[in-house]
Parts: sequence; structure tokens; C-alpha cells
Amino acid sequence: MFKVSAQYRGIWTLFKKEVLRFWRVSFQTLASPVLTALLYLLIFSHVLEGRVHVYEDVPYTAFLIPGLMMMSMLQNAFANTSSSLIQSKVMGNLVFILLTPLSYLQLFVAFLGASIIRGLAVGLAIYMVSVWFVDLPIVHVGWILVFALAGCALLGTFGVIAGIWAEKFDQMAAFQNFVIMPLTFLSGVFYSIHSLPSFWQAVSKFNPFFYMIDGFRYGFFGKSDVSPWLSLVVVIAFLALLTWLTLKMLKSGYKLRG
Amino acid sequence: MAIPAVSIAGIQKHFGVLKALKGVDLTIQQGEFFALLGPNGAGKSTLINLMAGLLKPTHGSIRVMGCDVQSQYQQSRQHLGVVPQELVFDPFFNVREMLRFQAGYFGRGPENDAWVDEVIEALGLADKAHTNMRRLSGGMKRRALIAQALAHRPPVIVLDEPTAGVDVELRQMLWGFIKRLNREGHTIILTTHYLEEAETLCERVAMMKAGEIVALDTTANLLKQFSGKNLRLKLHGSLPASLLPMLKHGEGNVFTLALNELAQMEYALSELRLAGVGVEDMQLIEADLEDVFLSIVGKGSSA
Repeated sequence: MFKVSAQYRGIWTLFKKEVLRFWRVSFQTLASPVLTALLYLLIFSHVLEGRVHVYEDVPYTAFLIPGLMMMSMLQNAFANTSSSLIQSKVMGNLVFILLTPLSYLQLFVAFLGASIIRGLAVGLAIYMVSVWFVDLPIVHVGWILVFALAGCALLGTFGVIAGIWAEKFDQMAAFQNFVIMPLTFLSGVFYSIHSLPSFWQAVSKFNPFFYMIDGFRYGFFGKSDVSPWLSLVVVIAFLALLTWLTLKMLKSGYKLRG
Repeated sequence: MAIPAVSIAGIQKHFGVLKALKGVDLTIQQGEFFALLGPNGAGKSTLINLMAGLLKPTHGSIRVMGCDVQSQYQQSRQHLGVVPQELVFDPFFNVREMLRFQAGYFGRGPENDAWVDEVIEALGLADKAHTNMRRLSGGMKRRALIAQALAHRPPVIVLDEPTAGVDVELRQMLWGFIKRLNREGHTIILTTHYLEEAETLCERVAMMKAGEIVALDTTANLLKQFSGKNLRLKLHGSLPASLLPMLKHGEGNVFTLALNELAQMEYALSELRLAGVGVEDMQLIEADLEDVFLSIVGKGSSA
């Protein structure tokens, strides 16, 4: 076991606790999203394979896998930070963290780090299971890693905002069902936006989730709806914006310190 | 002179129009065993939450071991261990894990494990150390909550009603351990509903009412200053009207009279003789902190 210096022990402990928290309930936090993604894969590939034309030389089932991976990574990164915070707030045990000398930045990094780990673990598990059934190329591994990390970080950050803002589980469910789900489902997980009418193509381009999925998919096939560089710029810009907002909320003690 | 454990200067806290604290000044020296008493809503927990940085003051400042709780919050929180009033717990972990996490947040690593084990032992949690927090009884959860505040071995320990609703065994165990920590130099700040606890444990007491400190002195001085002795009489008949101004409490034919000085006992007995009221039983009782509390904070309040 490596040794952590006293200076970083606080942030390391919180990160470790957050990782252990989801690991202890891994049926719910890891196995369940993997199973859901595989069911989507099974049903959509069975129904649409050969009927939906996406990219040249890319079968629909293969096209679907990176989208499902990214969708699950984003949802789980969001779920990790948001559910940890709302549970701790409702149960009252957030006080154990608020009483510590951890700075708002350390708190953010530890929560975010754990959410990225969960997102990546879910994505990797879906990949490892699906490559048994589908031939999935990897053209640019670098782009895959960049978008996986940036996507999980973006949604992990979004989860911190939701976790701080929401005061009850009901509000969190609304956030998840009315914001995260529509943005994910309308982002091109199941289709290429080129198959949409031009109006909906234009609308899709206002959805940041589209860029995360499109850029991620580029890493697998070397093909995408828009340039991966554009996607990267959009994702990083959103990540910077949400990080700034989150740090501002944490620094001011918004809804955490009265 | 050593830096005070806690110094509170001109603290005000407003929640909208509600003025929860109206300007509190208080200094608690290192090594003190200090009680903060007051009825519900007096502002005790608000003051503690401000000390811990869970709330931000409207005006004024608080220092813990010389460190400002706002501008030097990392240093000030290192010095402070707070036992919250509510019975809160993290349902994902067992007792030992929680304590090690708590110590870890404060930068304490494996070198602190022996202390964590000592706290577990001292609070009677040894056989529950590997039990999930969710499975603990209420009393055991309370012990774990206290242990969590002590996990990083803070020099200043704040206990916000730690014995509310707990059995005698735990109270004795807790106070035994806390007294030992106090002897070893830890500063203890306590709020409690059990005034006899404050009286026996604490050297100094602050009484709060409606967001202000209304009395601040050593326990001995408060007892001396605010009340004398009580005379409890069981009479054959009713209390003569001349003794009514001294009446503190009456039920049936048992009456408790407040005596400012012992000479008043002679007066009371002569009045009874004069009225022809016989005395069936008589007891002279020392005033306690409850008497002081009621005379300062007012009747009908609970500590």
C-alpha cells in the first residue's frame, strides 16, 4: 500500500470513502447500469440492425455500443455525486464532512474523482461485455480516453450542483428525469443526427451531450457527425463553466453553511 | 497567558428577521470544563454551529485556539471536535471505518489508529467496532457520534447535549472518559438539559436566554450568588399567608420555601407556631443549579 502524506490525507480519505460508498452497493451502482445498457443493446440491435443506416461500413450494433457506453458513464458519474450529496444532506451526515478542515476545492476534487471512477468502471464493464458479441474497432484510443474523462467530469460536476441544490429526493428525481434523461436520449446515442430533419439537427447541436457522445464515438470509428476538436472545445467549455459555478457555490456555502 | 481555547467577540446571527444571537462575548480558557445552558431556542446550538463553521456570523468573530473560524477555518477546525445534537450516521460503513475516515479527513493516518481504538474501547464500542452504523441501537449510535468527534484528538471538544435520551450507564462511561480528557488538558464545552451534570462537572457556566448571555460565572459563585437554601416542610394544615412571599413550590401539604439566609428559617418556624400550624416533617436542602437557572432564565423554561 502506498503512503499518503498528511497534507493529502484528507482529500484522499474522502475520495476513498466515496469510492467505497458506491463499491459497497455495486449491484446497484455498477452491475445494474451495465445490465440496462446490454438490454438496450440487445433490443435495439435486434430491432434496428440492417434497417438504420448510420456511417459507411459501420454496423448499427457497433455504432450503438459507444453511445450506450457514454450514456451510462454520464448517468453514473452524475448519480454518484448527486446521490451521495443528497443522501448525506437528508440523513444529516454531511455534517461530518462540513466539520473537517477540507477546503471547498478538496471537497470538490474528492467527490468528482470518485464519480469519474464510477463512470469509467461502468463504461469499461459495458465495453468488456459487449466486445464478446460485437466486433468493435478502436481507431483513436486517445480521443476515447479524453471524452470519457471529460464527459464523466462534466456530469460529475453537474451532479455536485444538483446535490447541493436539491433538498429532497423528489427534486433530485426531477433533475434526473427532466434534465439528464432527455438530454441523453436526444443526444445521438441511438442515431446519427444526420438522419434527423434539419431543424432537429440544429436543435441537437445545442445539446452538450451530443458532443460528448459524438467525440467519444470518433475514437472508435474515426467518423463523427462533427469534428472531434469542436466537440472537445464544447465539452471543455461546459466543464469549465460548471466547475466555476460549482466552486462558487461551494465557496459561498450555498445551501450547505447557513 | 496562554491563548484562549475559544474567544467569541460581538457575535450576532440573524436568520431573516429572527435575531438568534444578539451580540455574544465569551472567552473560554484552555483546560476549562465549561457549560452552556439555556432554554430551547436560547441560541446555544447556533453559537456552537458558528464555532464549528457550519453557520456564518452576521457580525462578530470567533477564534478557536487563536485561529479565526472564517479566515483560518482549516486551522480552527483542526482544533475542534464537535458532537452534533442530532443522531446522524453514515449507513454505508462500520464504526471503525467511520472513525478512521473521520480522523483521515483531519490528516491523521495509521499513526492515529491506536487512539481510535482507545476511543472505541473507552466508549464501550469494542464489540460493535465492525458493526454497520445502521445496525446500532440508539445508545450505540450516540457513542459512535461522540467517538467521531474525538477521532482526530482535538484539544477543544464541544458536546451539544450528548446525553439527551441516553441511559445512566452510558452517561457515567461518557463522563468518566470526558473527565479524563479534561484532566489531560482538553477543553470541554458542554450543553446539556441535565443541570446536575453541569453542576457536578463544569467549573464555569454561561446561561443564555433569547440570544444573549444572561449569567457567566463559576458554578460555585452562581450557586452562592443567586440562591441560598431551600426549606421543605410537610405541614398539618396550609401555609400561613405571611410565608407566601418565600414560597417556591407547593404541592398538597408539602411546601418548599426559598431562604436567602439561614436566619429566615427561624422566622418561618415562628410564623408557623404563631398560626398554629404543626410541622410533620422538615428538610433543609442546598440550592442547586436548577434553582439558579430558574431564577435567572425564568420559570417555565427547560435547560
